[in-house]
Amino acid sequence: MNLSSLTAAELEARLDEALDPVLSSRRTAAPLARALAGIERTNQDFVLKWVDIIIKTNSEMAYQFAARAPEAFRLMNLPAIEAWIIHAMDVYDKQGLYPGCSAFGQLEAFAAETAEAAHSVTLDEIRHILELFVQGLAGRPLKVEADPETYTDTGTLFLPVRLYQFAERPDNFRLYKAMAAHLWAQTWYGTYRFASGAPSLTETLAAFREPEKALRLIHALETVRLNALIARELPGLYRDMQELQQLIGEVRYPAAWEQAIQRLTKPKAGVSDSLALLPGLYEGEVPAPFCFQGRLMPERAQHAMQERLTREKELFREALAQSSNESAAPSPDTESASKEKSRQYSVEQVPDPDHPGQFTFMLMLDGQPVQPLADMRALMNSIVQDLGQIPEDYLVAAGAGGYRRQADEKRPEDVWKGTYHEEGAFLYNEWDHRRNHYRKHWCVLREINVHPAHEPFVARTLAKYRGVLPQLRKTFEALRGENKLLKKQVNGDEVDFDALVEARADMQSGMELSERLFTKLQKFERDIAVMFMVDMSGSTKGWINDAERESLVLLCEALEILGDRYAIYGFSGMTRKRCELYRIKRFDEPYTGQVQERIAGIRPQDYTRMGVTIRHLTKLLNDIEARTKLLITLSDGKPDDYDGYRGEYGIEDTRMSLIEAKRAGIHPFCITIDEAARDYLPHMYGAVNWTLVDDVRKLPLKVSDIYRRLTL
Amino acid sequence: MSMTRISVSKNSGTARSAHTDEYLIKDEPYYEPIGQEIAVFEAAFHQQLPVLLKGPTGCGKTRFMQHMAWRLKRPLITVSCHDDLTATDLVGRYLITANETVWVDGPMARAVRTNAMLYLDEIVEARKDTTVVIHPLADDRRVLPIEKTGELLTAGPEFSLAISYNPGYQSVLKDLKQSTRQRFVAIEFNYPAAALERKIVRRETGVDEAMAERLVKFAGMTRNLKGSGLDEGASTRLLVHAGKLMSTGIDPRTACRTAVASALTDDPEMIAAVNELSASLF
Repeated sequence: MNLSSLTAAELEARLDEALDPVLSSRRTAAPLARALAGIERTNQDFVLKWVDIIIKTNSEMAYQFAARAPEAFRLMNLPAIEAWIIHAMDVYDKQGLYPGCSAFGQLEAFAAETAEAAHSVTLDEIRHILELFVQGLAGRPLKVEADPETYTDTGTLFLPVRLYQFAERPDNFRLYKAMAAHLWAQTWYGTYRFASGAPSLTETLAAFREPEKALRLIHALETVRLNALIARELPGLYRDMQELQQLIGEVRYPAAWEQAIQRLTKPKAGVSDSLALLPGLYEGEVPAPFCFQGRLMPERAQHAMQERLTREKELFREALAQSSNESAAPSPDTESASKEKSRQYSVEQVPDPDHPGQFTFMLMLDGQPVQPLADMRALMNSIVQDLGQIPEDYLVAAGAGGYRRQADEKRPEDVWKGTYHEEGAFLYNEWDHRRNHYRKHWCVLREINVHPAHEPFVARTLAKYRGVLPQLRKTFEALRGENKLLKKQVNGDEVDFDALVEARADMQSGMELSERLFTKLQKFERDIAVMFMVDMSGSTKGWINDAERESLVLLCEALEILGDRYAIYGFSGMTRKRCELYRIKRFDEPYTGQVQERIAGIRPQDYTRMGVTIRHLTKLLNDIEARTKLLITLSDGKPDDYDGYRGEYGIEDTRMSLIEAKRAGIHPFCITIDEAARDYLPHMYGAVNWTLVDDVRKLPLKVSDIYRRLTL
Repeated sequence: MSMTRISVSKNSGTARSAHTDEYLIKDEPYYEPIGQEIAVFEAAFHQQLPVLLKGPTGCGKTRFMQHMAWRLKRPLITVSCHDDLTATDLVGRYLITANETVWVDGPMARAVRTNAMLYLDEIVEARKDTTVVIHPLADDRRVLPIEKTGELLTAGPEFSLAISYNPGYQSVLKDLKQSTRQRFVAIEFNYPAAALERKIVRRETGVDEAMAERLVKFAGMTRNLKGSGLDEGASTRLLVHAGKLMSTGIDPRTACRTAVASALTDDPEMIAAVNELSASLF
């Protein structure tokens, strides 16, 4: 079918209606319509479709898109344009309107990058590989993050979002690797490690007429030193780095540098040598940088180091206090207090047998070596990596007043009281069916504890159902592993005499002797892990909440009999920034009085954002080893949240999260009391993976029964 | 599991002992002690105490057993435990021949009868009810009751029992029961220190010192990743594999990729990272 293009007038009418909120007398849809009138009908439809989609997020973004669409068609093909839209929307999601608009504005740059995409490598593809790579090399784990500048603050490696300098993809990957390795070398070989009392790098540089030049010089000197160390320790990596540099052109050093290079390539050279050489070379020119060296950012490094040192000192002293308490614990007599005071920690440098010329540090208590725990050892290593030693003042165990750290420990409940921060929370993507893409790191989820209720709810429930309880127990006992004696087996523990007699008779009559002459005891093992996801939204208030809690009580009774591993989590929340998961029972937790109190303490909260909950519980289930994994939702209605997570959007995201769960080998199932469930649950869970309990009062007994049938 | 036929009739003693020859180790298996383990094992052997070897996979537990069997001149019967291993598999069962049923000793009964060294490798892999059959053998009674034949075998002074166990598995299901573990003298194994590991790699594979040094360094890098996506770092055994490939002319990066990276994990990103680590050394 060959449709003719829409005219400018037709387009203007459509756009006027759609973009109304952001149009004014000075800014009309007319110029947009004129520009769009010139393109093909299919492309016009594409633009109108996306305008409609983007408007649901933000009208101004839709306007920006429409304004640039004609240009986009000149520069890119359809998939690339879609990628451009999704990229801009991601920027909007993360950073807001202004950066979002300018992401649309950087159309040409995006088109150029896309053209290079065939051989470019993005950081997202390889970030994890790089993180593992540098962690494997040595030292404290470093994070890798995207940044316009390439540098490290000694805790994180900042690398470009995308590399396409080289015409071959493997070379661009090698460049990433070389950058990461060079920055790692700065942290491992002590570019920022200074003796205590010595002036910091920033102070030293500030004394020069042009601190910027001095900084570039010191970076060049350090690069000489670090390259030499890498050449010695990691020859394969060094080769890669040099080959890469040769593709661009070799770095040539001025003649004046010869002596400096000699000094810096000695195995023992340190950052102090670079500093000592700096004044002598200051007047000369700065050698060209290596393609992988990025920049030196001493202020940021010092800032991050300072923060880490303070934190680690505190942690270390606390760990010392803890370990000395543990070793002093068995003597309760009054003297122990004074004895403890005399306990003296020290650190001894021991030559490292594996690395001649280097030292390892051994922790001593009253002259006796102490075996530090794994996390304490990691702490010691990190401190030594920063300072080259463990200073005296670190070795004083924290006193009883050492509770200060709790002040800045982040309690999940406090997050919402002050400003938002997403630290320590889990971030999950959310599916936007209109965009047909995920919104990245869209939901912020935290696990929190249910406030236990000290009421005899469980006892009450058991009393209420005491009539049916014996029956319930019996049914589940019957389900429990039954051993079955298999007869006529090829292999087995005992001789199957019936089979043997038969076989003898067969043989007498000239037939072949059967091989199946043994019995075998087959142990029936239920290898099931089940996760219950309980709706704690505001709509469950009242008898639904009671029914849910009663269901859980009966369910726990049944599951304890069966011996299946199970966990129970409640979910609620409000907006994507506050998704909450209430721990009621973890997999590794026994069914104790505490769990019972938590079940009693389940209270209706806010809204139901199901997708993010399912994603998190999928993650928890993934960590469990079981042949069969179930995710059972107890729900009273559609997914629904305050910030537009409702209707089709919520259903589609939930559906996507369930597809993800199924992909991870988990069987989702939903038990609902919503009579309208037929309209949406089959779409989300699949035709058979849900059931409707029409009478809430029946829920408690039904749930156990459904579970029984489900796992038969 | 291959099973030698041993009839229960009391007059076949000579036939039985002939069979244990194949379990005797004639040439000294190469083993580098990392601590007092040889002396401890010998003492436990003479005091008739069972031994538990603890340690990560591939650090030399099985080799140590072979070495000790050779040193103490005892036949070594090894059972690799798996989750379908039943008590019957260990003790013995009746088999059927043309006209009668014949009792066939399992490796455990055979070891007791012949005063061999019985080594149950990766004991936690066996089913829980199976581990219990070793209890009467592992305390001062040193007997093995065979229910089906009504026999009670008493272990001689030269019989010894050793089991191995990798505490690295975090699974609760794969933990050793207290009632089992508290019957054993436990010897802890770990990867040898770098210098010793280099020596082992050289000795086992024939690569030169420089190559051995890089291999050991590479192992250290993978051990840095333990807990960050790897359950275990590269074991000494994997290094030996890589070294053996290299000594037959396989390029070092390929040897590390096939013998170490892919053997350690299936996670493509982790494999890529481990490959980059080996590439940085060779």
